[in-house]
Amino acid sequence: MTDDKTPAQPALLPPVDVIEDAGGITLYADMPGVSRERLSVHVDGDTLVIEGDMGLEIPQDLQATHVEVSLPRYRRVFALSKELDAQRLSAELKQGVLKLRLQKAEQAKSRRIEIKVN
Amino acid sequence: MEHSLFPRDMFAELDRLQRQMQQAFEFSPSIRGFARGGFPALNVAGTADSAEIYAFAPGLDPQSIHVQLERGVLSISGVRTNGLPAPDTGASVHLQERFAGRFHRVVTLSDDLDPDQVRANYRDGVLHISIGRKESAKPRRINVN
Repeated sequence: MTDDKTPAQPALLPPVDVIEDAGGITLYADMPGVSRERLSVHVDGDTLVIEGDMGLEIPQDLQATHVEVSLPRYRRVFALSKELDAQRLSAELKQGVLKLRLQKAEQAKSRRIEIKVN
Repeated sequence: MEHSLFPRDMFAELDRLQRQMQQAFEFSPSIRGFARGGFPALNVAGTADSAEIYAFAPGLDPQSIHVQLERGVLSISGVRTNGLPAPDTGASVHLQERFAGRFHRVVTLSDDLDPDQVRANYRDGVLHISIGRKESAKPRRINVN
């Protein structure tokens, strides 16, 4: 958990895929270099925050000649909608890919609406 | 400075500006391009004893990554699938930003590297390749008698 009073450090925006099906939302985020211990996923009200720090083994006296990834951390914030049940959130991290599953609350699952024809 | 054909497209303008800036600042790009923004993202660095390449390629099976070093040219290639649902499953894709498909990136390295001293490690989605420098190319202190 991060303290809201401390200013957020500059971070990379991880690319994500977001897929919705009848039961909920699945989110995949690319966070290469982040291990399970350095990953933080939390829900604060209706905000989902994904954060992670890279733990790369970097030799001493390293001189960079070409840099495309210039910051050692990721952060991305999403606004959740009310029909998602934040209590039933599952997270899985595999080879730098975070997979989050957010279930929809039972009453919010889509129902087929009967149309009466008189 | 020429203008685009349809100057109302702000994103195209920004893209063009960015490319112009890149050309202005990277004064001698390699003939192989070394374009930014490809997959995997690469960081290249060196020490006195080795060249260190970090490829940010999450979600791959390490066995499926092809790494080849030939005459100072390192190439990294493979395929990445994103696991998105088939279009007929009724699921909707709201955001699709992650890379999917074949990738191939090439880095031109200095020619003092020893192809027999290569180590490649894949951890947490980062491929780290370390290539030692040839003994004959390392700086050495010359004794003065």
